[in-house]
Amino acid sequence: MAVKVGIPSALLYYTYYPLWRAFFNEIGVQVVTSGRTTKNILDKGVREALADACVPIKLFFGHVMEIKDQVDYLYIPRVVCLNGKTIYCPKFLGLPDMIRHSLSNIPPVIDVRMDTRQGRFSLIKAYQELGARFGASKNSTLLAYCKARLVLIRYMSLLRKGLTPAEALSLLDKPGQSKIAAPPKTNLRFAVVGYPYAIYDSFISVNLLGKLRKLGVSVLTADNINPFLLTLQNNCHLPKRLFWTFSDIALKAAHFVFRHGRVDGVLHLTAFGCGPDSLVNKLIELESKKHREIPFMTLMIDEHTGEAGMATRLEAFVDMVRRRKEARLCKS
Amino acid sequence: MQKLTFPRMGESWRTFKMLLEDLGNEVVVPPRPSKRTLDLGVRYSPEFACFPLKILTGTYLEAIEMGADTIVTSGGIGPCRAGEYAMLHHKILADLGHNIKMVVFEPPRFYPFNFIKNVYILNRARHSIRGIIALIKKAWRKLQALDNAEKLSHVIRPRELITGTTTRVYRKGLEWIDQAYTNEQIIDAETAALEALRNVPQNPEAEVLRVGIVGEIYVLLEPASNLEIEETLGNLGVEVERSMFLTGWTRDNTWTETTEGMTVKAAAEPYLPELVGGHGRDSIGNTILCAKRGFDGMIQLAPFTCIPEIVARTILPKVSRDYDIPVLTFFLDEQTGKAGMTTRLEAFVDLMRRKKHFRQGNGLLTG
Repeated sequence: MAVKVGIPSALLYYTYYPLWRAFFNEIGVQVVTSGRTTKNILDKGVREALADACVPIKLFFGHVMEIKDQVDYLYIPRVVCLNGKTIYCPKFLGLPDMIRHSLSNIPPVIDVRMDTRQGRFSLIKAYQELGARFGASKNSTLLAYCKARLVLIRYMSLLRKGLTPAEALSLLDKPGQSKIAAPPKTNLRFAVVGYPYAIYDSFISVNLLGKLRKLGVSVLTADNINPFLLTLQNNCHLPKRLFWTFSDIALKAAHFVFRHGRVDGVLHLTAFGCGPDSLVNKLIELESKKHREIPFMTLMIDEHTGEAGMATRLEAFVDMVRRRKEARLCKS
Repeated sequence: MQKLTFPRMGESWRTFKMLLEDLGNEVVVPPRPSKRTLDLGVRYSPEFACFPLKILTGTYLEAIEMGADTIVTSGGIGPCRAGEYAMLHHKILADLGHNIKMVVFEPPRFYPFNFIKNVYILNRARHSIRGIIALIKKAWRKLQALDNAEKLSHVIRPRELITGTTTRVYRKGLEWIDQAYTNEQIIDAETAALEALRNVPQNPEAEVLRVGIVGEIYVLLEPASNLEIEETLGNLGVEVERSMFLTGWTRDNTWTETTEGMTVKAAAEPYLPELVGGHGRDSIGNTILCAKRGFDGMIQLAPFTCIPEIVARTILPKVSRDYDIPVLTFFLDEQTGKAGMTTRLEAFVDLMRRKKHFRQGNGLLTG
């Protein structure tokens, strides 16, 4: 029986899961995920994690609790830096340690360190280390890594077309078979700025994307924007780049959509108590003041976010944006 | 002429004031954070920014009212948020209509030119390079004197006979050091201040508990933000050893890491091998070192939503179990009340005292 490695479906899952799964499958390791977030998972996470931590971290704890008894290893890489410039939130850096030292009865944690600032081949080295752990030869590990990288590129291009991670994953699994519903004709387009692990987790975001779709709004996220256009944002006129990768992308995406995104509104989805977001949100807010023609709203989520409250706020926002747009059309 | 101000952190403002004035600048001394400072800070800062950012926003606004137009502050290279705060403060102040110049010192180890440029901006009196070095050395000596006086006050306070004497003598000593302007005067003032502190009438039989304080640097160093926790503990008969002083931190972050920093890193290695920014790893390392030195307990101070300290806090219970040392954590924000904190501290001190008695073989104390 193959070794089973558990990957909690939270945080970096939404960005790198296809790569990890392809890599592990190539070297003959079975991957188990914790599936979609449920109330049960959230409750477990809230119970185990520190009260002051943000919701995504609590969810991660919950997902770990969910799969810890089904797997031989937990794969929680210590992702420090992947582009040579920006790092990840300090909570990501300490994630394997937090899990290891605060949960009891968990399987061994695999925490390879990934830091591209340490040299050009450090990522390959990290995956070699991973492969060696499961007894794969150097060559097959390298091959597996290259294949996994290609899968990731396909996944990213699917996301750019406007698919959600769940849709993109199912399309990767069964190319050509699964039908992706064509986006409905809508007359409004919103940009949703925020971190992938909050936006795409339909439970914790209280199904934000689905609700918007139902209200007749098409959605643009940072993943739908070509990374090249984001790099062109020229560091958003800040003297210093934001340190954290996701925050950097979110801020650049916000600047991009404010300037030439041709959107009718911008939503910033943030988690209660998120450290980097306290800066990002303020910076986006300051930027939005310069673009009065595009309405901007911040949505804050936490473990108590109610379905009704969120729906009311969204409906009100959409109604106002729609009315404003109609009024403008009439005037011109 | 530019009027400078800077963040206020404990008593260090005395040094910075002297240094900046020596360089030929006019200095606006930032006022001690008060209720009003907090109100201003909370109103204009992002809600979930950490406590230091809010206090500093308030302090800057108050200093601007007093006429300051340039802010000298520190930068950073992450992953802690504080590295971006200079930039954010600049934006917030600009949004409020204050046209302020920021002079941001990045770690000179990584940005030597930034350091030279900033010194050039601040050097109004056009001192020679040698002159500047002498001035910095003098300021450094003063900072050490201030830190030494504070360290000694932590040792004396729990042993004093009449409550409040140490604090009074310490305040007087600070004034002496503050008045000293040459190297010799600083050394004399320091000696006098330390001597005066040692002469505070003490109770040799006082049963003193030793507690280490770890956590985020700003709330550790600024008594207004931690509600004078050291004084409160001292009055409860606890000798406090703070893991961090400005002199030590500056040494570790400007040129090389000292051996002290290395041991902390090594101690934290099995629990947190990664630098998570701020002082998360130091909190864990120092807790272990203090436990090995036989401390009775540890207190962790952190601003609410502080990311590195949340990581540390998640791991600390394990450290506490492994090394059998009690750890109490305070997440501080503008809502923290002094009475609530004192109650928690009293309970914590009681528990530590009982544990100590039990260990000494006096049996379980009840009632």
